[in-house]
Amino acid sequence: MSSATAEHREFSHITPEYRAISELCRQVRSVAEVSALLRIPLGVARVLIADMAAEGLVRVHQPQLDAGRPDVNLLERVLSGLRRL
Amino acid sequence: MGKTTFVGAVSEIMPLTTEAVMTDASAGIDDLGMTPLKSTTTVAMDFGRVSLDRDLILYLFGTPGQHRFWFMWDDLVRGAIGAVVLVDTRRLADSFPAIDYFEEAQLPFIVGVNGWDGQYPHSDSEVRDALTLAPHIPLVRLDARKKDSVKSTLINLVEHALTVRMAVPGWSG
Repeated sequence: MSSATAEHREFSHITPEYRAISELCRQVRSVAEVSALLRIPLGVARVLIADMAAEGLVRVHQPQLDAGRPDVNLLERVLSGLRRL
Repeated sequence: MGKTTFVGAVSEIMPLTTEAVMTDASAGIDDLGMTPLKSTTTVAMDFGRVSLDRDLILYLFGTPGQHRFWFMWDDLVRGAIGAVVLVDTRRLADSFPAIDYFEEAQLPFIVGVNGWDGQYPHSDSEVRDALTLAPHIPLVRLDARKKDSVKSTLINLVEHALTVRMAVPGWSG
């Protein structure tokens, strides 16, 4: 899973989908969230976001991983966050 | 069963639904006998979010357990903390594919027995035996409608993920 944050740019030249995604990504969002909120299939959302990232319109954040798994520090933060809920 | 309820119990947003398009390749293993002209179909996936800290958001994804949805899981397990396999004790066999999948993917998972109104018709050992669950896999009882119950299930999962993590050589983190 990744999340995206929009860069502030002039959007006049871009497609409605790009504009909608940029608006949503003013805060950090998961790709699945973008897909659900814009009612576009997950695979399509992923392609659009990857294209936008390639053009520098959004930044894609990857979780803190260690050999493909969340690292211990991340797990501990999640655990204490859950306990505080 | 109870996936949407489970996600909704702790999510700070109404659980959202996204759709994934099932490709020809994965549809091949699905039974499309009733709709011979249909080569693709869409499946829904629920998800919710929980802000744990200023810069830490936990996402919960609920997907159906049958084999034909595995193509979605391949993406979801990448970088995931772990999984809760929600079982319906009246249909335990439905959980076999999910358990096999997570064992194969080496993703930490726990089994959650969803009881309605505190009713759990089977003992833990009966459920463990039926699922041939390895002794180190936690089995918890929960009520998917209750926030505290879902929260403690998630805590149980993350603790299990940490235990697994610490036990694997070279994964000192």
